Amino acid sequence: MGDRKKILDVKGLKTTFFTDDGQIPAVDNVDFHIREGEVLGIVGESGCGKSVTSLSIMGLVPSPPGKITGGEILFQDKDLTRLPEKKMREIRGNDIAMIFQEPMTSLNPLFTIGDQLREAIKIHKRDWSKKQINDRAVEMMRLVGLPRAEDLMKEYPHQLSGGMRQRVMIAMALLCDPKVLIADEPTTALDVTIQAQILTLIKNLNEKLNTAVLLITHDLGVVAETCERVIVMYAGKVVEEGPVETIFKDPQHPYTRGLLQSVPDMRFKKDRLYSIPGNVPKPGTIHTGCKFAPRCEFAFDRCINENPDLYQTADNHKTRCFLFDPKEATAHDRTAIKS
Amino acid sequence: MLNYIGRRIFQLIPVLLGMTFIVFLIIRAIPGDPAQVILGQQASEEAIKALRTTLGLDNPWYIQYFEYLKGLLTGDLGESLRTRTPVADEVWPYLAATIELSVFAIVIAVIIGINAGIISAWFQNSWFDYLAMIIALIGVSMPIFWLGLMNQWIFSIELGVLPTTGRENVRDPVDVITHFYLIDTLIQGNFAQFSIVFKHLILPGTALATIPMAIIARMTRSSMLEVMRSDYVRTARSKGLKMFWVVYKHALKNAIIPVLTIIGLQMGLLLGGAILTETIFGWPGIGRYIYEAIGFRDYPVIQSGILIVAFIFVMINLLVDMLYGLIDPRIKYD
Repeated sequence: MGDRKKILDVKGLKTTFFTDDGQIPAVDNVDFHIREGEVLGIVGESGCGKSVTSLSIMGLVPSPPGKITGGEILFQDKDLTRLPEKKMREIRGNDIAMIFQEPMTSLNPLFTIGDQLREAIKIHKRDWSKKQINDRAVEMMRLVGLPRAEDLMKEYPHQLSGGMRQRVMIAMALLCDPKVLIADEPTTALDVTIQAQILTLIKNLNEKLNTAVLLITHDLGVVAETCERVIVMYAGKVVEEGPVETIFKDPQHPYTRGLLQSVPDMRFKKDRLYSIPGNVPKPGTIHTGCKFAPRCEFAFDRCINENPDLYQTADNHKTRCFLFDPKEATAHDRTAIKS
Repeated sequence: MLNYIGRRIFQLIPVLLGMTFIVFLIIRAIPGDPAQVILGQQASEEAIKALRTTLGLDNPWYIQYFEYLKGLLTGDLGESLRTRTPVADEVWPYLAATIELSVFAIVIAVIIGINAGIISAWFQNSWFDYLAMIIALIGVSMPIFWLGLMNQWIFSIELGVLPTTGRENVRDPVDVITHFYLIDTLIQGNFAQFSIVFKHLILPGTALATIPMAIIARMTRSSMLEVMRSDYVRTARSKGLKMFWVVYKHALKNAIIPVLTIIGLQMGLLLGGAILTETIFGWPGIGRYIYEAIGFRDYPVIQSGILIVAFIFVMINLLVDMLYGLIDPRIKYD
């Protein structure tokens, strides 16, 4: 896995929203990368900055009020944060494509499915003939498992179910063979059975087309099923990063542990589901120390005064918690948290 | 679809019927007597009485009303008491003049209003946005007669570039075919006259366009702002589409429906409510026609003139309703 080429490399990304109430760092110094053909998951609660991260990569952060204020996003040796809009448009939908949370409203209600698919090709393949474009659209519709693709081309979004619309969105995203597909909570708005189908589809397409996938979700089940590697985000920062099995077997950051504990387990009957005490800090609140400290049962004085780094705890496994600072190892019994 | 149009037109009958009844009663409630007006102050009692009998004005009002309705059913709009010519024969030149002016005004209002609204929404809170919306606010609150007079003063009297009043150069009248002078002069290939007619349209046209333009700009802006935040606009951008096409194709088509409603209503208002502008600019339109008929207590002309305006108003709105269906596939008529 490690020898595959990094296709997207995000370094120290900072995206800030400038509002009347002050500057809100929605994404704060985020580092991660995706390798060719890899499925990377980003997990976190609502408002932790995972969607803003994906919009930053696409160059679609609503501006004003949002703005990328630091760091770089390297894609094929180009820094996307510094690319002029015209060059960025050539990448959008072509090299990096995105599907969104809301399949019901993500398609334009006034244009046929065919119009919207063909448009996505036309933008980037100007020399293609009409027939080539149409054939490609139909081929993609079949690939994502849409029945009677030719008829669907003439239909309008309101004539399709949510699951079908999300398949159309996926087809639209894959039309130009993107190197990276960003899927921002692609299954949140769908029925559970449809969710599974869409995830399987994304996974299959990833294997078949070798498209790297950045899967953004708040659902750990989705991550377990689909991803190879996972990043846990909290309040605009990456708090833990590692291979999926490691994160599930040996979660280190107290937040990740909390997340995993709050997943219902069918094997044990519990009266109440575990929930992490407290709330996500309000965006924009000025904070010293670890942002999770107020909700953390293991917090000690250092957590309140200093900002933890991302500590390497194993090959590929990193945690932003003082409990895993090699210098703290003696002072605090790490086994306490392991039990 | 045809079914729907048929039903809508059928529903118009009670509306128009009720309207004729109200207009009929109101104009008879105004003091004054057509016979008296026609014959003048010095006329004798007998002469007035005789004329009232000839005009059928001595019948009770309900008989007169049913006579009028009977005429309408056979397509007879009545006869002018003053000129003794059928309204249907003499109304067209006036109506054509008003339609030409209104269409000219609404075209200006739509082109400028919609684009100003779009650009304001696209660059929300920019200097253009602020400027356009301040102008729009002034536009909706400006008295039109004042704007008309100011324009006449500046462009006709001070600068002398545009004519003050009228539709044509009276020493060189247009050879009338359709009574739409722009079309008539074009058919005849008389471009010098076309340009004169066009110049006559500019001042009353812009005066008349001001309020609709401002309303359309504000409506377009708010409608666009809402649509620009929608998910499908983000999808269109994520495909790599140019912002221009995102705005003018994906967003505008969705934002235009409430704007169309406004355009339809404003067009209707222009056709009927342009009396003031037509008076200031000496425009021989339907508003002036009805206004003068009121002075003469020319009942049939007032009744039928208003009926025609009302009919056009409801037809425009029917047309707008049908346009919705063409734009939005989710709207079905059955």
